[in-house]
Amino acid sequence: MRMSRTTLSLACAAGTLAMTLGAASSAQAEGKSLTLCWAAWDPANALVELDKDFTKQTGIEMKHEFVPWTSYADHFINLLNSRSSECDLIIGDSQWIGGAAENKWYVKLNDFFDKNKISMDTFLPATVVGYAEWPKNTPNYWGLPAMADAVGWTYRKDWFAKPELRAEFKAKYNRELEPPKTWDELLDVAKFFTGKEIDGKKVYGSYIFTERGSEGITMGVTNAMYNYGFDYMDPKQPYHMNGVVNSAGAAKGMDVYKELFKCCQPPGLTNAYMSEGLDAFKSGEVAMQMNWYAFFPGLAKDPNVGGDKIGFFKNPAGPAGDFTQLGGQGLSVVAASKNVDDALLYIKWFAQPEIQQKWTDLGGASASKAVLLSDAYKNSVPYAPSFVESMGMVKDFWAEPLYVPLLLDMQNRVHDYVVADKGTSQKALDALVKDWLKVFKQEGKDPS
Amino acid sequence: MNGTNATRTLVDRRAMRTAAPAARAARGLSDRSIAWLFILPTMALLLAINIFPLIWAIRLSFTGFMANLPAPAGFIGIDNYVDILTDEDVWTNFQITAHFVFWTIALQVVIGLGLALLINHKFRGHSFWTTVILLPMMLSPAVVGNFWTLLFQPQIGPFNYLIGFFTGIAPSSFTMIGSVALAPWTIVLVNTWMWTPYVMLICLAGLRSIPDYIYEAAEVDRASPLRQFWSITLPMVLPFLMLSVLFQAIQSFVMFDMVNLLTSGGPGSTTELVSITLKRAAFEKWETGYASALAVILFVTIFGAANVYVRALNWVKQQ
Repeated sequence: MRMSRTTLSLACAAGTLAMTLGAASSAQAEGKSLTLCWAAWDPANALVELDKDFTKQTGIEMKHEFVPWTSYADHFINLLNSRSSECDLIIGDSQWIGGAAENKWYVKLNDFFDKNKISMDTFLPATVVGYAEWPKNTPNYWGLPAMADAVGWTYRKDWFAKPELRAEFKAKYNRELEPPKTWDELLDVAKFFTGKEIDGKKVYGSYIFTERGSEGITMGVTNAMYNYGFDYMDPKQPYHMNGVVNSAGAAKGMDVYKELFKCCQPPGLTNAYMSEGLDAFKSGEVAMQMNWYAFFPGLAKDPNVGGDKIGFFKNPAGPAGDFTQLGGQGLSVVAASKNVDDALLYIKWFAQPEIQQKWTDLGGASASKAVLLSDAYKNSVPYAPSFVESMGMVKDFWAEPLYVPLLLDMQNRVHDYVVADKGTSQKALDALVKDWLKVFKQEGKDPS
Repeated sequence: MNGTNATRTLVDRRAMRTAAPAARAARGLSDRSIAWLFILPTMALLLAINIFPLIWAIRLSFTGFMANLPAPAGFIGIDNYVDILTDEDVWTNFQITAHFVFWTIALQVVIGLGLALLINHKFRGHSFWTTVILLPMMLSPAVVGNFWTLLFQPQIGPFNYLIGFFTGIAPSSFTMIGSVALAPWTIVLVNTWMWTPYVMLICLAGLRSIPDYIYEAAEVDRASPLRQFWSITLPMVLPFLMLSVLFQAIQSFVMFDMVNLLTSGGPGSTTELVSITLKRAAFEKWETGYASALAVILFVTIFGAANVYVRALNWVKQQ
């Protein structure tokens, strides 16, 4: 078919226009860059890979500022508070959301989400509440769920499969040696392994968080306390904590955590968090390890303990519930950024289903329902079933603007009791209620 | 004498009347002005770096200011001071600090004096051993904290193996840093290791300042070496020893970096010195007003104790 001269001219004109616009757009993006701030850990490397696609599509260069976990909160909260424009985008911890919203550190995203048809219904509900909403359980969004995470457990599948150990365990406890489903079972299994010689080495039953300086022991002990009856406040009376935080069940949960620490933690791990747990597990020192799911992709591929040697299970249940500690972060736009429009463009790009899928494939952890609840995901990696289950039973620490003193008070009281044997669990929790009341009074929320 | 002075003054005055205006005109500045010109930069620095922050901290100590929140500093009177002085945990931390200071000083004095007496005698390899002994105090406290953490590691640390070798206790069965009973002694041990050479140096200066003829006279009187030590060496070294105690007490009282790296105040709060409490309040909880009040209390405590001690030191010198 031959084209008429007019049609040909129009086609040429359209082509020239498209090329001009494309070139203009590309030229416009030239020299543009965005800085994304996060913690320095395995998933951050996956994000660097993912962001290459964003640069390819938009021409906007992505710079990354990753800070070690030990100084992550201090560093970025100081930047946000000083209205620094160093970060355009930030993957901030779930606890920051209250302070970030009330102090206007983050850009509120409701209008942007409406305009670009980004629905929070496409993400797991717990991640929306945890990483995006303030006030909690209200449709006020300050972030996009970016990195779903929770506390889970790994175990040495090869040790659990040893016939002689299985027989010994059955004789002692009258049940099979399987990953524990309750905290009582967890204690039994941990005690069973402690002191055993496996592969020519003395091993210990379990590794749990004990770190004192930032958030470690709190992120650990809550996994026991939630399931024995601990909560942050009376759901019917906001900020009413007496009898809830320091209930008999909460104290029992703390006692169980202490028992596990005393019986079965390798010596010297009295101020240990994520990396120490990974080291203990990788070196074949412990049979079970508490840690964040974010590290499990790396562990599953570990040449020494990964593959067939590793198994995963969700946090065991207790007599009062079946919860686990929420981790993870949301992606937010820094209000002081000089590139807010480009940062919003990144959020729009990141929210796309195919990008969420690729994010998970690369080693991140999407909070998208389409990704996490798909059969393909559940069958893709060995930790996927327990991760999906865990994400449906999470609870998070306070996300108040003054969450830091609340967290440090709990760190102090729990570490003093669990590690340093100071007083009783009940006294520790009674003191914690007093500490928290003082903080809430400072914040102008007087629960009394 | 008075007449001579008066004459000189008169001559000086006449000379000044004739020469000074010309010199002043030439230079443009009086001696007093030049003196001020030299002193002013130092005074300005002193005011900016020492005095101003001190006054600012005192001001903040009466407020509920939090450095991580945009709210302005609100005046709350002496609430911070009342909170601190009625807080059992703070008192416990002062006790922990006192334990640390007392044992550190006691050990440093005994070992430091012993080493100084040893080094004061010439022997083969004297210079080499002196350098080796002085090495710990040349290291950064941060480095010391980190490598002692490694040395105390129960599984791979040589310290536990050494103890195990001599006592038969299994090396991985105990932990120096993680044990409630051992951790307070661990920080005493490391601080003593680091700062004993400093005490030794000061004592050595004291020993070298004692004239030989005193010992010669004592030998003529047939005084035994022990008698010489009690009657000559110790009294004459005492002012030096007391001076080193003053320096080391202040240094130990405000010790932060080494202990923070070694134990972070743990396990629990077992080794939480007041300086660590202060850091936690100021830079973790961001309770700037409260931390300022604690800093003021710490300052007054050290300043008061040091003043009393300096009076005692002067009394000893006079004796």
